[in-house]
Amino acid sequence: MKRLTRLIGTELPVAAILAFALLPWIWMMMSSFRPDAELTHSPIALWPHQLTLIHHIELLRRTNFIYNLRDSLVVASGAVALGMALALPAAYAFSRFRFRGRQVLRTQFLVINMFPVVMLILPLFVLMRDLGLLDTYFALIAGHATFTLPFAIWLLTSYVDGIPPELDQAAMIDGATRVQAMLLVVLPLAMPGVVAVGIYLFITSWNEYLFALMMTGRNVRTVTVALQLFIGENQIQWGLLMAGGTLVALPATILFLFAQRRLVGGLTGGAVKG
Amino acid sequence: MLAPAMAAAAILVLLPVLDTLWMSLHDVVLFRPRSRPFIGLENYTIALTDPVFWESLGNSLVWVICAVSLQFALGFTAALLLNRSFAWRGIARALIVVPWALPSVIIGLIWTWMLDFNLGVLNEIGVRLGILSASVPWLAQSSTAMGGVIVAIVWQGFPFFAVTLLAGLQAIPGELYEAASIDGAGPWGRFRHITLPGLAGVIATALLLRMIWVANSLDLILVMTGGGPGTATQTLPLHAFLTAWSGGNYGQGSALAVLLTLLLLGVVITYIWRSRER
Repeated sequence: MKRLTRLIGTELPVAAILAFALLPWIWMMMSSFRPDAELTHSPIALWPHQLTLIHHIELLRRTNFIYNLRDSLVVASGAVALGMALALPAAYAFSRFRFRGRQVLRTQFLVINMFPVVMLILPLFVLMRDLGLLDTYFALIAGHATFTLPFAIWLLTSYVDGIPPELDQAAMIDGATRVQAMLLVVLPLAMPGVVAVGIYLFITSWNEYLFALMMTGRNVRTVTVALQLFIGENQIQWGLLMAGGTLVALPATILFLFAQRRLVGGLTGGAVKG
Repeated sequence: MLAPAMAAAAILVLLPVLDTLWMSLHDVVLFRPRSRPFIGLENYTIALTDPVFWESLGNSLVWVICAVSLQFALGFTAALLLNRSFAWRGIARALIVVPWALPSVIIGLIWTWMLDFNLGVLNEIGVRLGILSASVPWLAQSSTAMGGVIVAIVWQGFPFFAVTLLAGLQAIPGELYEAASIDGAGPWGRFRHITLPGLAGVIATALLLRMIWVANSLDLILVMTGGGPGTATQTLPLHAFLTAWSGGNYGQGSALAVLLTLLLLGVVITYIWRSRER
């Protein structure tokens, strides 16, 4: 009896919500393996009769998609490196030093989150154009690293808070400088958190579209922009699009599943401590 | 140690914000870079007397209210269910975040594909089950287009609520529930007097963050409908973006962006002020 109530009251509703969460994603992957004949036949059959790799092969052979993947990889890795270099010292300072205006500054970094993206990207486009940085890796890396900075600092601060300050002090008594204490004592201990934040930075940059659309052109084109451009070319080739979507979604999904527990822990940990 | 982060924020956030304010007071058009005369508040008066502005504002309200409330309702339900114990809870908790990890472009593509008039799987399922009498061009007609994009953003955003609220639920000590049960509280009483007060802080923060995020987001709509058909799905940020990006009118677009910011600021301040009062 108890089993039955659990099945009806808990497990079935969870299954329904999971179906809502996963079926669209599964449908995309399934569509990417079906031949054009099935994809252009209306009404569409719910179950595939034939599976093929043709769309994936065409995508990698006949389009520039492999270069787009490279560009996205370079930009996202760059954003992780730059974002970390900026966020880690800031988080360390927020956690270890009590200085005037600390609370104001912390809130200010959160306020950044509130500005509409449109408010930032229009002048940034003009700025990058005037500096001749349009269509370069740097423009995109700098933008992505900065937009994600508030959340990265917020999370990292809560991880660094979890490491006793006595450890830094002990290291400094032994002759280490502040920077050495941060890099050699705190950083290794905070590594799990740092990795989670790094993954967050990577996914956000990898997934970003609007800024990439404005800042890039012929030389640098990330996957999200490239995918959207496939639509423009005469008739929509759904097979190709779905293959691209499947390939792009894979790394982000895997990384996210890997890091989610720590990210959520940091998120709520930071929220509780304020 | 704060200096690098602050410098980056100043150059890439503060400077652009000031620049937007400046542009909104000048006649800045992309293809005429040399002449940018000061025109006072003209960009604002043009924006506010344009019926498209009010239409976009109305669309934005529908978009934010529907999207956030549906995301919250679904996410909260999921969190409550995932907080109970059953055999495959771990895997369910992990998999529910999948939509949240996907890029907006791909989410837009998936839902455009599923809502397609001829080849969309949702039309096919609807017709087969007898819910629809014929295929509906969901994203191509003004009466249903907004519904279509809202479904997509609900899909993208509900895991955020599920995950944050679940974390909030886990932070509520189990002894409270036991004590309440001993005192004779039923499931509804426990929910009202323990779960809701215990979650209030997390709910308030999550709602505020999500509201700002949804109000500002435009990429999903841009990918799915481009604001169309007509202006049926054009929200305020999209209106600002298209005015500047496709229309080349940066002054006008900036004025719209400033108006959006002021509106959001108003909402946030009222929200914080009211939650402090309580």
